Amino acid sequence: MQLALWTYEGPPHVGAMRVAAALRDVHYVLHAPQGDTYADLLFTMIERSDRRPPVTYTTFQARDLGSDTADLFRAQLRDAAERFRPAAMLVGASCTAELLQDDPGGLARTAGLSMPIIPLELPSYQRKENWGAAETFYQVVRTLAAAGEMPPALDTRPSCNVLGPTALGFRHRDDVTEITRLLERLGIRVNVVAPLGASAADIACLPAADFNVVLYPEIARPTALFLERSLGQPYTRTIPIGHQATREFVIEVAALAGVDPAPGLNPAEGRAPWYARSVDANYLTGKRAFIFGDATHALALARVAASELGFEVVGLGTYTREFAREVRAAAASYGQEAIIADDYLEVEAAIERAAPEIVLGTQMERHIAKKLNIPCAVISAPVHVQDFPTRYSPIMGYEGANVLFDTLTHPLMMGLEEHLLHMFREDFEFSGDAVPSHLGTANAPASPAAQSPADFAESEPVIMAASWADEAEREVRKIPFFVRAKARRNTEKYAETHGISVITLDTLYEAKAYYAR
Amino acid sequence: MNAAVLPVSEGLDTILRERGQREVFCGLTGIVWLHRKMQDAFFLVVGSRTCAHLLQSAAGVMIFAEPRFATAIIGERDLAGLADANAELDRIVAELLARRPDIRVLFLVGSCPSEVIKLDLSRAARRLSDSIPGVRVLNYSGSGIETTFTEGEDACLATLVPGLPVSTDGADLLVVGALADTVEDQFRRLFAAMGVVRVGFLPARRAAEPPSIGPHTRFILAQPFLAETARLLAKAGLKRISATMPLGAEGTRAWFTAIAGALDIPPSRVQEVTEIPYRRAESALRRMHAHLSGKSIFFFPDSQLEIPLARFAANELGMRLTEVGTPYLHRALIAEDLARLPTGITLSEGQDVERQLDRCRAIRPDLTVCGLGLANPLEAEGLTTKWSIELVFTPIQGFEQAADLAELFARPLRRRARLTV
Repeated sequence: MQLALWTYEGPPHVGAMRVAAALRDVHYVLHAPQGDTYADLLFTMIERSDRRPPVTYTTFQARDLGSDTADLFRAQLRDAAERFRPAAMLVGASCTAELLQDDPGGLARTAGLSMPIIPLELPSYQRKENWGAAETFYQVVRTLAAAGEMPPALDTRPSCNVLGPTALGFRHRDDVTEITRLLERLGIRVNVVAPLGASAADIACLPAADFNVVLYPEIARPTALFLERSLGQPYTRTIPIGHQATREFVIEVAALAGVDPAPGLNPAEGRAPWYARSVDANYLTGKRAFIFGDATHALALARVAASELGFEVVGLGTYTREFAREVRAAAASYGQEAIIADDYLEVEAAIERAAPEIVLGTQMERHIAKKLNIPCAVISAPVHVQDFPTRYSPIMGYEGANVLFDTLTHPLMMGLEEHLLHMFREDFEFSGDAVPSHLGTANAPASPAAQSPADFAESEPVIMAASWADEAEREVRKIPFFVRAKARRNTEKYAETHGISVITLDTLYEAKAYYAR
Repeated sequence: MNAAVLPVSEGLDTILRERGQREVFCGLTGIVWLHRKMQDAFFLVVGSRTCAHLLQSAAGVMIFAEPRFATAIIGERDLAGLADANAELDRIVAELLARRPDIRVLFLVGSCPSEVIKLDLSRAARRLSDSIPGVRVLNYSGSGIETTFTEGEDACLATLVPGLPVSTDGADLLVVGALADTVEDQFRRLFAAMGVVRVGFLPARRAAEPPSIGPHTRFILAQPFLAETARLLAKAGLKRISATMPLGAEGTRAWFTAIAGALDIPPSRVQEVTEIPYRRAESALRRMHAHLSGKSIFFFPDSQLEIPLARFAANELGMRLTEVGTPYLHRALIAEDLARLPTGITLSEGQDVERQLDRCRAIRPDLTVCGLGLANPLEAEGLTTKWSIELVFTPIQGFEQAADLAELFARPLRRRARLTV
């Protein structure tokens, strides 16, 4: 058993639902008890979907156990097939039904339905949402891509499929648009985007493409590997998040397609690098960033933060255990030890220890950051209604790099404002606890109970070796809150390594000189 | 699936009983409000990742950074019997209580998987209660195979009944059902003015300080879905006061009047005490009539509040009822509300969501009260909806909230009229 307060991923059948809801004409009959229908609201409320996910739940109850849960499944399957007439039928069990061992796949195969049946075996007690999505996508492709007949290609341009986007994905909708435009600019035809927006017939056409673009390896890698193995379609490894990675992606796809990369290398809309070099952005140098998310987004954002914004990566981690190796290697390159965890309390503790100036994370980290009063930007699933903005807002491609520049800098204090705060820190309207003026009062320390960074630094027993003299304590409180924790930490570390037991005003300034950038 | 139409008496034309896909939450969802209501209680669900995910999603936006609920997620090792589930549970409870020393009552909450694998949580609760000083450990099931949405609160409160202290100076009146703190405070003031001093509320704000009862105690439901709790209280010798649910001006006054009748308080006293808030509520409701009178309303089953709400909508707002769905119909508990329903409506119990959607589309009501999974898709079809969960998560009981409740129905209609896009 594992104690969980919040979870980063749902159960694997929710991953299957994300694939089913992304596809246009499949239906999913899920053997599940009453209550599992809660998952519908993820789609209708968080993503504001205007249709229910194409899922029928068998809704068995205690009184059905041991008698006719299999009959119930058969009846619901028949009703769903008749009512929805899908092009393919996914069948499977949620966690409770898995214990009943009714074998939905076997029952469906003998039900005499006319459409292809895709049985899903998703072990709920071992696996999680992204794995479930990946396995479902793989099973859909394996069943439908092998069976289908392809229309002859009239278009002679090189072509690719775009794999991985699903319902409820973090910015998937806009990433697909952005990357499709980029590929078309290179003269590459997008054959099929899947699963998002694809029909069963589209899936059957996957083999017609020359290669595959994998946007979200957590979901698409098993499918891409299968298509490579069975059809010899190569697939892309570069994730086009950030300006440099997008350029590398262009070079990679151009090589696979045998086209000239030049039209995709220096687009006019690529404004982020110039903004980063602008003198105004000097204040971003060395900002301490803590990054946590799914592996793809965490890895990409670490690179963007470090080399495209000039931040310092002070923490990097993921809840995607399947990609732990890659994240460990990347963290090591930033001199950090990766956090591989799906326990948000562990992540919270790591954030407290790292005392970052900005957190790039999921909705979970947004809550942690709010509690600790640290600016935060959401860069990965799990998602929230706000992560589905009305406006076009990709994070992939060149426009995505622009979006990221804004997303990662807007929560921060602006350069001149930060200087003024340092200079006139005792202005009564301008206290050290002031929040960035453009963010209004919404983020102001809400109540005396809310912890400020200084407070959590104080609650760290490890670094309380030296005590603070009153005068030094008063001085440290004049430091604006967003750097106070760091100043305090550095001073205490300095005191500890120099054998100082009482931190005086001098110790404070000696430490400041010692750690001067 | 199968549907049965039964002719019934009591002025209702039909009761439609259906079996099929239910678009409702399971009983675990009650934890979302119960953990806020009982400030010294912690709810530990023993279940799967799905249970944890449900609670997270139902709590909507993860509003509480560290909630007083959690899930002990059963893993493969627990199923394979490699790990002794009881030892694992003890370890997790110890871990939890070390983090939260303020917890006085711990609920072990059973789920679908824990029920199916027959994990005996009542034994675990007794064992843990005995071994942890200062913490009472109780258990109930919020599993979807046994409970629907608000039945989770019923199961939770039912576990509290045997622990209510019995004394001869116990409460004269026990109000049963979780109410918003503000509503509880308003009711306390009205009771005091009526001369009812010894009033207990179940659940109490601190689970470790339950109200005491005696042989003389009368109880009344403030929520309609508490069948098991009511049964146990009756079994303990307490007499139930039957009344409409305290919704709207009329409903609330009838509720107080029934209490007064049972406690031998003269009707004139009730009239006097409730007159001002009643008038206030009534005139506020009259203003809402312009928006709501004559509008048709369709209820999908959700919380079992549907029948009392339908009574309010029809009789106090002048709305036209079409179909009123409820997950379960406990006739005795809502007899007063049922009796006041107009004729010519369809009452449905249980659900086959696809068929019910067909009926709703055919009727095209002015307002459809339904769950979050259905609301946006119906809006996209041009229907105006009200999320039913808001009727559970918002203070709607009592005189002062009557207009707020009406506003919940009026706002979607007003919004629809206002938007030109």
